[in-house]
Amino acid sequence: MSGAAIPAGRPLDAYARKPLFSPAMWTGLSAAVVVLGSLPLLNLAFPAGHPLHVSAYAVALLGKFMCYALAALALDLVWGYAGILSLGHGLFFALGGYAHGMYLMRAIGRDGAYGSDLPDFMVFLDWKAYPWYWSFTEHFWYAMLLVVAVPGALAFVFGYFAFRSRIKGVYFSIITQALTFAAMLLFFRNDTGFGGNNGFTDFKRILGFDITAPETRAALYWVTLAALAGFLVAARAVTQSKLGRVLTAIRDSESRLRFIGYEPLGFKLFVWTLSAMMCGIAGALYVPQVGIINPGEMSTETSIEMVIWVATGGRGTLLGPIIGAGAVNGLKTWFTSVFPEFWLYALGLIFVLTTLFLPQGMVGLARRLAARRGEQA
Amino acid sequence: MTRHRPPLPVSPAEASGAGGAAAYGRVKPSGVDTTHGAILYLEEVTVSFDGFKALNRLSLDIGVGELRCIIGPNGAGKTTMMDVITGKTRPTSGTVFFGQSIDLTGLDESQIAHAGIGRKFQRPTVFEHHTVFENLELAMKADKRVRATLRSRLGGEQIDRIGQTLELVRLTREAGREAGLLSHGQKQWLEIGMLLMQEPLLLLLDEPVAGMTDAETERTGELLDELRGRHSLVVVEHDMEFVTRIADGGRVTVLHEGSVLAEGSMAAVQADPKVIEVYLGR
Repeated sequence: MSGAAIPAGRPLDAYARKPLFSPAMWTGLSAAVVVLGSLPLLNLAFPAGHPLHVSAYAVALLGKFMCYALAALALDLVWGYAGILSLGHGLFFALGGYAHGMYLMRAIGRDGAYGSDLPDFMVFLDWKAYPWYWSFTEHFWYAMLLVVAVPGALAFVFGYFAFRSRIKGVYFSIITQALTFAAMLLFFRNDTGFGGNNGFTDFKRILGFDITAPETRAALYWVTLAALAGFLVAARAVTQSKLGRVLTAIRDSESRLRFIGYEPLGFKLFVWTLSAMMCGIAGALYVPQVGIINPGEMSTETSIEMVIWVATGGRGTLLGPIIGAGAVNGLKTWFTSVFPEFWLYALGLIFVLTTLFLPQGMVGLARRLAARRGEQA
Repeated sequence: MTRHRPPLPVSPAEASGAGGAAAYGRVKPSGVDTTHGAILYLEEVTVSFDGFKALNRLSLDIGVGELRCIIGPNGAGKTTMMDVITGKTRPTSGTVFFGQSIDLTGLDESQIAHAGIGRKFQRPTVFEHHTVFENLELAMKADKRVRATLRSRLGGEQIDRIGQTLELVRLTREAGREAGLLSHGQKQWLEIGMLLMQEPLLLLLDEPVAGMTDAETERTGELLDELRGRHSLVVVEHDMEFVTRIADGGRVTVLHEGSVLAEGSMAAVQADPKVIEVYLGR
């Protein structure tokens, strides 16, 4: 990303106007989007057994990974740039998922096991009508509004009080962890009205389309890819702006920043809320592809795993967390099929090794190697 | 998401509408009102930490455009005084006024910075992971609220201003380097440059030449000479030789145990027996 040609004119202009990505980076990103985007086509166009066929399993898996990658990107904005370590981003992910899940549950209609207008779990609990907070969730766009509004509002209110009280560092992280844990306990209760520990599942259709049809799955995959690519560019625009430099200044020396006239509260609140909304969108894209959302997504492990994706890929690099989410989850998929009981140990080991030997993650390693090669040349 | 910034407090006279009919029709002077020739007043300021009085009924005023040196032995309260002026520490009692009308004891750090007081810390505290250029950009006087910052694009004029400041603090060639890679002296100058970007009316410099080589000290003296008259400057310094050089016939204040022990030209202060006893003579 460095080493761009210095444009003519005043020499300082080069420092003032940096391109969003270098031309090489744009090419690489476009190529990645084209390759990833073509996979569902290969799945649809070629029959199983054909050498160019991509299995539905692989497409579904990558679709899921891209949701994780979007969550990791969101976490990187707050942790990598503003230095706010959240151990509760799983909560925002799950809230986005539940918000979309409410629509998907209502889209089942009378096709549930009990043939009722209400979701099966409500029939089972002998509820006669939807609770008030389910109002309007039969409308897709209202549910989409909730996907960003609920995580956003929660993050805004929580962040306002936490940042205003100047709660920082490990204290903030612990509170976020407690928050997601409390929410998990709340969602585990049947009375909360979100299906208790089973959560939402058995979705039938989305916007009238069969949710299990390969074409629908391909469409969901493309939407996810577009969201990931779009948010990567947006996040890059934020971090390359002056606001991005203020965020890294908050990370490095918040009190110094106050003395030059910035009030960090608004900046932290902005990036924190933005990140929560992105995470909510990631969760909303995840649910129809995976077919289930339950309070397990709010468990502390889920949120900690997100932190590990970011750390492994390289915090503060945007691209790193996306790669990290893919790499760690790829490894997880392999591991849990071969030695399922050892996955958590492996995950812990990855985190320890990354912290010890790759403080800047995989992207940092790549940059170091590139720099070394540059020196030798 | 931008936070509403409360307006600067209005002086009691204006708030009460003193003068009846004159309450309207009188334009509130914009910015800092320095009609009486002083930019900063400290009156009877006391700061006590658990009974220990870091400042003990300190009274002091700084004139517009003045370069004031403040000296004093360790623990005399120099840094606490800076903390009080910049809002880091609240005085236990006493008043601190910036110009005629801005009561600094009611403002927080960022509001005070906006009002026009810049502070250079004892240890250089630049943003180490930002380039020299970015450090100056962050410090530049601008609307520093969230939305404006997100949309901010540097105009040619602003780039030129950063260029002039780089020139002044002799860091033009380092513009693209990470600030963490600068030498100690360069970091100090960068920090002064950051202060200048805020276009402050009053500059507080806490030990600007601490830890500098002789050449760097000399260069810092030249820099302060260039700033003299353009800004009001308060320099807290241990290095007597340096103070003698930059005081240049101006007033020097000696602090001791939280209050003013002596004030006058460097020569007069150095000849004062009280000063010799507590500080210079040792």
